[in-house]
Amino acid sequence: MQFIVQGYPAFAYTGGRPYVAQEPAIVFVHGAAFDHSVWQWQSRYLANHGFTVLAIDLPGHGRSPGAVRESIGDMAEWIAALLESAGLTRAAVVGHSMGSLVALETALRHPTKVWKLALVGTSAPMLVGEPFLAAAADHDPAGLDMEATWGHARSVALAASPVPGAFLYGASRALNGQSQPGVLAADLKACNTWQPDMAKVRALDLPTLVAVGKRDQMTPAKAGYALAKEIRGAKVVTLDAGHSMMSEAPTALLKALREFLGHSPPP
Amino acid sequence: MDHSRRHTPPKRPHPDTLAVHAGQSPDPATGARAVPIYQSASFVFPDADTAAALFNMEVPGHVYSRLSNPTVAVLEERMAALEGGVGAIATASGQAALHLALVTLMGQGGHVVASASLYGGSHNLLQYTLPRFGITTTFVPARDLDAWRRAIRPETRLLFGESVGNPSVDVLDIPSIAAIAGENGVPLLVDATVTTPMLGQPLQQGAHLVMHSATKFLSGHGVVIGGVLVDGGRFDWLASRKFPTLTEPYEGFHGMVFSEESTASAFLLRARREGLRDFGACMAPMTAFQVLQGIETLPLRMPRHVDSTLKVAEFLSKHEAVERVHHPSLASHPDHALAARLYPRGCSAILSFELKGGRDAGRRFIEALTLFSHLANIGDAKSLVIHPATTTHFRMDDRALAAAGIGPGTVRLSIGLEHPDDLIEDLGRAIYSSQKN
Repeated sequence: MQFIVQGYPAFAYTGGRPYVAQEPAIVFVHGAAFDHSVWQWQSRYLANHGFTVLAIDLPGHGRSPGAVRESIGDMAEWIAALLESAGLTRAAVVGHSMGSLVALETALRHPTKVWKLALVGTSAPMLVGEPFLAAAADHDPAGLDMEATWGHARSVALAASPVPGAFLYGASRALNGQSQPGVLAADLKACNTWQPDMAKVRALDLPTLVAVGKRDQMTPAKAGYALAKEIRGAKVVTLDAGHSMMSEAPTALLKALREFLGHSPPP
Repeated sequence: MDHSRRHTPPKRPHPDTLAVHAGQSPDPATGARAVPIYQSASFVFPDADTAAALFNMEVPGHVYSRLSNPTVAVLEERMAALEGGVGAIATASGQAALHLALVTLMGQGGHVVASASLYGGSHNLLQYTLPRFGITTTFVPARDLDAWRRAIRPETRLLFGESVGNPSVDVLDIPSIAAIAGENGVPLLVDATVTTPMLGQPLQQGAHLVMHSATKFLSGHGVVIGGVLVDGGRFDWLASRKFPTLTEPYEGFHGMVFSEESTASAFLLRARREGLRDFGACMAPMTAFQVLQGIETLPLRMPRHVDSTLKVAEFLSKHEAVERVHHPSLASHPDHALAARLYPRGCSAILSFELKGGRDAGRRFIEALTLFSHLANIGDAKSLVIHPATTTHFRMDDRALAAAGIGPGTVRLSIGLEHPDDLIEDLGRAIYSSQKN
């Protein structure tokens, strides 16, 4: 499904269902140099169980053209504009990694547009190590290796995948590799320079879920717990997974989202 | 843009470790350390909602062993890990893997450009069988890059070759042909049966898809028939605008657009959800188990295969009754330098040679061998011999045979794991017998 957001076409995967602008709606926001397809095992299910789903490609990612937004704040403004273009008054915003910052920032800036907030693999701030920033800035393939390796639990290299026949490292690295040159570097920089307004975070009054991977190498579990403590009434769920919970623990994450968002019967 | 590797990537498991572990966790139900053989056609749904969600691809999991099976999935994931792909599909045979790749990418009117130096079974499929279904192939000399370019047409949907040709043992210039594929918006599929991921990884050399006959070195003991198809996940199906099977709604799966569903794994998704579902050439769990047993020792076996082959090639090349030996390890081979670049650990345990005395000498030679088994296979622990012109490639006319580098007296050897001195002794005796009138 294509919308026009801030003057440019914007792609959103609707979970294999025709798009209807109605509530309850969920916007899924991907992480650095990824696209909507990271939510494959959550978005399609929820779209077929009573939710309007928009798994978006941020500008300059996947099928959405345009310049990459250079700050988390600009990405949050883009999400708010997307909701307007899609004819939605409000939506649950579910974000992973960089997308979790975008989701949180959208809620901080536009609280009336966000119905519920789910932060998957998160941390505030989200500082990125110098070697990772440097490799991405140089477009060195090592940057893709870092994202794939640290983006999963160490055990993933030598374990069965929950998705039959899929090699999670390879799938993650290939998806990053399809992003345009410079996108990974820009996204990592946006994460690294994001300054959370913790006073606003503490004042947030929204149902919030924080999904933590107990074997997360990129945003360690303790960082997720720390952020959850700052958000009033935040519900925490700990999954036996690394940073890429959507593919490492797809069923457990879906269950957590269903319980949090409210399970609707199939239409 | 700087693509040089100036930064150090995180440490990852070595191929030897992946060969033993990748794709498998101890069995959650029993704690079994070895890969359990899930000899079950179907898998129980925990509830009606999950059943519907599994059928509609809303959640991952096993439904029916034609589509996926836990034992087969271990093999698929292990091969994807070894090749550096996004995933894999195991098939009933190597032929089934090739067929699955072709029918996933194209239908009637589709065109393939293939190396002329192919396994006879692949040649049969492309030359004789698929034209009946509207898919045609232009065969080109493997080494002639201009011929590859010239043969590409608007309806071309795939370039195809073997990493090391069988039986002529010519080396495919994967980086150059992958570049030609990329320039023309079509993928390159490489059959890497002869090299295996232990000697080279076609995806890392630029290929987009890779397939294997698992019957050969992967399983390694000549006990199973199987194939594997691995997707590198790097080809941009949407940008090429040539693959509606992957980028347009598919009526056969509720209008699913595979490239929307999975940006990096669209090819495998369609191959599984249509190709395995409808053509049904899936791998049996017992077969997957046996191939996995083979792969665990692949890193140990391949160097031995290759070392013994070098010794045999050297012996044959010095023998006065041998006209020519074809193996890239020899300086006389036209691909010697290319092989050294692409396969520094050696490139093949297959070699072929021309015996003096033509067809009759060839027959006497094969019948005098005692250690080598005369049969139609390669990549066994046991050394094998065959006369391609009268067996694997018998449907090819003399011109096609010559294009594939096969003469009437060509003998192909697959060097096994026996002691190389014993193999050389057997070959020496048989050559002596072949030269007696």
